[in-house]
Amino acid sequence: MARFLLRRLALGLLIMWLISLAVFALFFIAPNDVARTLAGRQATPETVALISARLGLDQPIWKQYLDFLGKALHGDLGYDYYHQVPVTEIMAQALPITLSLVVGGAIIWLVMGVFNGVVSAIRPRSVTDRSLTAFALFFYSMPTFFLGLLLLYFLYYQLTVAGYPIFPPGGYAPLSEGFGPWLQHMILPWFTLALVSAATYTRLTRASMLEVLGEDYVRTARAKGIRESRVITRHALRAALTPIVTQFGIDVGALVGGVVVTETVFSLPGLGKTSIDAINQQDLPVIIGIVLFASLAVVVANIVVDIFYAVLDPRVRLH
Amino acid sequence: MALLEVRDLRVAFNTPDGVLEAVRGLSFDVDRGSTLAIVGESGSGKSVATQTITGLTSGARVSGSARFDGTELIGASSEVLRTIRGARIGMIFQDPLSSLHPYYTVGWQIVEMIRAHDRSVSTAAARRRAADLLGVVGIPHARTRIDDYPHQFSGGMRQRVMIAMAMALDPVLLIADEPTTALDVTVQAQVLAVMRRLQEDFGTAIILITHDLGVVAEMSDEVVVMYAGSAMERAARRTLFYANHHPYSEGLLGSLPARGGARDRLTPILGVPPSLIGLPAGCPFAPRCPYAFARCWSETPPLRMVFDDPAHTSACWLTTVLGDRESLRAARVQRELDQPRASTPAPRVEVGP
Ligand SMILES: Nc1ncnc2c1ncn2[C@@H]1O[C@H](COP(=O)(O)OP(=O)(O)OP(=O)(O)O)[C@@H](O)[C@H]1O
Ligand code: SF4
Ligand SMILES: [Mg+2]
Repeated sequence: MARFLLRRLALGLLIMWLISLAVFALFFIAPNDVARTLAGRQATPETVALISARLGLDQPIWKQYLDFLGKALHGDLGYDYYHQVPVTEIMAQALPITLSLVVGGAIIWLVMGVFNGVVSAIRPRSVTDRSLTAFALFFYSMPTFFLGLLLLYFLYYQLTVAGYPIFPPGGYAPLSEGFGPWLQHMILPWFTLALVSAATYTRLTRASMLEVLGEDYVRTARAKGIRESRVITRHALRAALTPIVTQFGIDVGALVGGVVVTETVFSLPGLGKTSIDAINQQDLPVIIGIVLFASLAVVVANIVVDIFYAVLDPRVRLH
Repeated sequence: MALLEVRDLRVAFNTPDGVLEAVRGLSFDVDRGSTLAIVGESGSGKSVATQTITGLTSGARVSGSARFDGTELIGASSEVLRTIRGARIGMIFQDPLSSLHPYYTVGWQIVEMIRAHDRSVSTAAARRRAADLLGVVGIPHARTRIDDYPHQFSGGMRQRVMIAMAMALDPVLLIADEPTTALDVTVQAQVLAVMRRLQEDFGTAIILITHDLGVVAEMSDEVVVMYAGSAMERAARRTLFYANHHPYSEGLLGSLPARGGARDRLTPILGVPPSLIGLPAGCPFAPRCPYAFARCWSETPPLRMVFDDPAHTSACWLTTVLGDRESLRAARVQRELDQPRASTPAPRVEVGP
């Protein structure tokens, strides 16, 4: 187990190093005037000169890279020259919003997807199963931005027009201003993010459960006189969870796109929207910061999932 | 009154090709403390029949009766069946590799079973009992091995774990569905020895499903020979081996050496079992039977007493005068020579899983 962990960590470090190389190559040794690009379109020649000196662009490339890496490792991602604040500060403001969105959305989609999948698998081909599958397919085939707009139209616009202003049109209310407003602002974005993914999990859980329910050890559990509810949860679902966890690990990476779209539709000033703004403004340090951070998040999430996988399955853990 | 009385059990499944009659009017008794062996080719309905009795078949049409110690099991509520399963009827299955849950320790799985039927037993007490049981079935260092996972045991050891679990609540009936088929020969003998010892100690009745005539010879008191979902012959073990009546039994036992000790598989019989969908009237064995005559094709023979032995029944139209068989066989051979069919000869089919 310890060796497995170490191997996994080493691999994660290697990947992060490769990403840092790629980012450096893309943004720093691209054949254009880095200083000018970094400074943004509206920068004065003085700013450009200052940046050029600060970046040490006169140094040899390997030294520039080491410099970049050293600073990044110390949490120094440079300055956002457009807003005149450190990139880390911008990211620190955006992160809680993205975290609220991702954690809430992921919980909703996992609970919904797994629950619906289990219910479907208990009575395959029943009316319940068919309606849940239809429900899943409906949302599965829907683009995130379209679903977001639909929810906005019906649950914000129509409800508000009808005199029930329950949901705001967008924006964010930090938790520090109270749980209620935070929840009101998050619910629609959560479901936008969750419904599309929940469909995948419903189908995955259903297939996985159906397979496990046919296993000999489930028959053994029934032969032991275990209550059916416990057979489903402790015996079948426990074993069916493994592919679901694996999929979740993969999805954390794929989540990046969904987050960008959802935050844009609901004007949530999280990392996704910040990165779109940064791209529009050619705000390179911010883009680099977010790319590095997103990569780190995906790598860490995958390590966590692998550990979880090992915890779930003793055959992996003990070898 | 026998411990388990099964009468005219019928189990049918709806399949895309039509209604599949897996069990067609099966009747048998199991006495307290005795062993009933059920033998028959693959697909003859042995597993479906025994699993239906304990309520483990789903999506099937079931009729008939199975009285267990005074309680009717067919049509009983799932809660009644659940409390009987495990506590009063223990079960072990063919493949010990897949029958234990891979994610839980063997101790956990035994403790779960004990506590599922009696919440008042503390986990600690249940663990002690689990360790004792593992010792009883011959697992070395039971006290530490209780915390191991199934994949850390060999096949034979896993089957011992299954036996320990099935016996944990001292059931009056143990249903063993091919418990040794997946094990190699020396391990088979050990596992059977464990089962026999437990049977002697606890007075458990056993239904033993097997393909292995050696196992039948070694373990059983009575034998039911199944074919195409129903019993062809029921007899005491010795009777079945040395004075059987039904041509199917005769065929199965055909190559068994006289001294009875061999672990031969059931003998291959020419032809294949019939499809269980839309089975025609008449004796189901007729297409493969060397003695088949006109009546066999039109009327289904019921189980009836043969050789004046009340404990011996056979579902066959043949008289009990064994000499008649030779002339019937000769007549059939003659018929087939007279009208050669265009069809290819039936393949020789090995009986077995
Ligand atoms: N759930 C089911 N749906 C449809 N058909 C089934 C189902 N379960 C079993 N059958 C069919 O019922 C018949 C009897 O099966 P069963 O498993 O009882 O045979 P068996 O005598 O135990 O054979 P084996 O020696 O191979 O274990 C087979 O033809 C099988 O295909
Ligand atoms: S009834 Fe006829 S076909 Fe059937 S086993 Fe007896 S002799 Fe053979
Ligand atoms: Mg079977």
